[in-house]
Amino acid sequence: MATVLEVNNIEVVYQHTVQVLRGLSLSVPEGAVVALLGANGAGKTTTLKAVSGLLPFENGAVASGNITFFGDDIARSAPHDLVRRGLFHVMEGRRVFEDLSVEENLLAATYASSNRQTAKAYDEVYGYFPRLAERRRQKAGYLSGGEQQMLAIGRALVAEPKVMLLDEPSLGLAPLLVQEIFDVITRINRDRGVAILLVEQNATLALEVASYGYIVENGRVVIDGPVETLKADRDVREFYLGLGSHGSARSFRDVKHYRRRKRWLS
Amino acid sequence: MDFFLEVSLVGLAIGGVYALVAVGYVLVYRTTHVINFAHGNMMMFGAYFYFTFAELLGLHWTISIVLTVIAAAGLGAGIERVALRPLLGRPAISIVMVTVGIASILHGAAQLIWTAGDFFLPPIFPDLPIVIDEMYIPANTGYGFLVALGAIGGFLLLFRFTRSGVAMRATASDQIAATTMGINVPAMFSLTWVYASITAALAGVVVGSITTLNPSMGLIGLSVLAVVILGGMDSVIGAVAAGLIVGWIEALTGFYIGGAFKDVVPFVVLLAILIVRPHGLFGTPEIERL
Repeated sequence: MATVLEVNNIEVVYQHTVQVLRGLSLSVPEGAVVALLGANGAGKTTTLKAVSGLLPFENGAVASGNITFFGDDIARSAPHDLVRRGLFHVMEGRRVFEDLSVEENLLAATYASSNRQTAKAYDEVYGYFPRLAERRRQKAGYLSGGEQQMLAIGRALVAEPKVMLLDEPSLGLAPLLVQEIFDVITRINRDRGVAILLVEQNATLALEVASYGYIVENGRVVIDGPVETLKADRDVREFYLGLGSHGSARSFRDVKHYRRRKRWLS
Repeated sequence: MDFFLEVSLVGLAIGGVYALVAVGYVLVYRTTHVINFAHGNMMMFGAYFYFTFAELLGLHWTISIVLTVIAAAGLGAGIERVALRPLLGRPAISIVMVTVGIASILHGAAQLIWTAGDFFLPPIFPDLPIVIDEMYIPANTGYGFLVALGAIGGFLLLFRFTRSGVAMRATASDQIAATTMGINVPAMFSLTWVYASITAALAGVVVGSITTLNPSMGLIGLSVLAVVILGGMDSVIGAVAAGLIVGWIEALTGFYIGGAFKDVVPFVVLLAILIVRPHGLFGTPEIERL
């Protein structure tokens, strides 16, 4: 299978001083869902921002390594140009335009697409998320958190991307809503063949929808593999899925962090 | 009592022109968070553009207006490209200082090109005053008000209903998110300056028709800045309301208290309102650290 997105050994530095990524590599095959897991501050969001070219907004830069999108190095591309070429980043915290209406938010996303049949694109979004249709004239700032996340994904649909970067789509949402959003994410991947690079805190959920996973710690990939392998890995089970080595749910109290070091650290 | 109404009408008409100038400030501030101190002088340049086309080149006033709008658009785009684009991502205060510099450059350039003398703009509006029910409104002021109203309305519709208007509002709301929608944010900044420059030029033509034309006309921009602050820096509706209020109070004080107080009383009222509403009448409450 062809690779749509490839990150080769990148190092990212903020403010010329703070190094966040230390030689991180990953690749996203065509039509696949790839999960990027890790604790807070591991560098997951930074990886996505490096890919979509948003680092300069935060005074960060890719110091070495390279990123290719369909084989082209993206270092010299303006971020809005990458979006128009099919690389869509759904940022953490949803970032809807609060004083624009739902439909205007979707209209803004048409800048990413060459398709001019906007009405049809909106209808598809409303098909995935009927609740947005009811609120199409309302200001996006008045939507609930779940509806805003639907809108954020809806904008991505309008953009018709080839790769979607999803940053914490479950953040701050009720479990039922999380399920609904992840169902749609799976459907988008299946129906449209959009490749997805998924960053999630909820590892169980992420490994359910993904086919391949990377685990990031301190700015580098410490373990990666097909999800079946990851799910069977003793350390992944214990530290990310909260399961004991026997497969039963395990109380956090019994996890003896101070005794057992993660194997990949030694 | 009749005088009260008549004075009020004239005041509101002048206020409409203030509103048009104020809207130019708001456009730039909303998208780029920069207070454009050069706005008054861009307005002055717009008036000189019209003067050049209509008086010096002797073109018909309609053609002159169109050419003025085009020249103003060029001026706005040029300023953005040359002076502001390189500062993209720098703190707002640096960019504000650059606009102060641009103001001086424009002022000096106007003196060099058109000399420091006073000129009259060739009349655009019909010479007869507007008479409503025995109330008398000077022609230039009255028609100027209509032009201002039309221009503001036009821009509001543009922002409300066009695709690029939506993109500009999206950029104003969240620049990074706008980038991830594929919106070319620097291009939107450029477009903002073009629009602001056009409103400035139209206002310049109106103000130049009401008063005379000289390179110090840009100073009006500074007093209108007070209007913008009253309306709340980022609200177009606020700018319109504040413009009308200040114009109205100015006319009333000029008539009832005396011309010497005309420039003072509106600002006293402005201070009083800002004490109660620090972020202006319609502004977004937000702490701006400079």
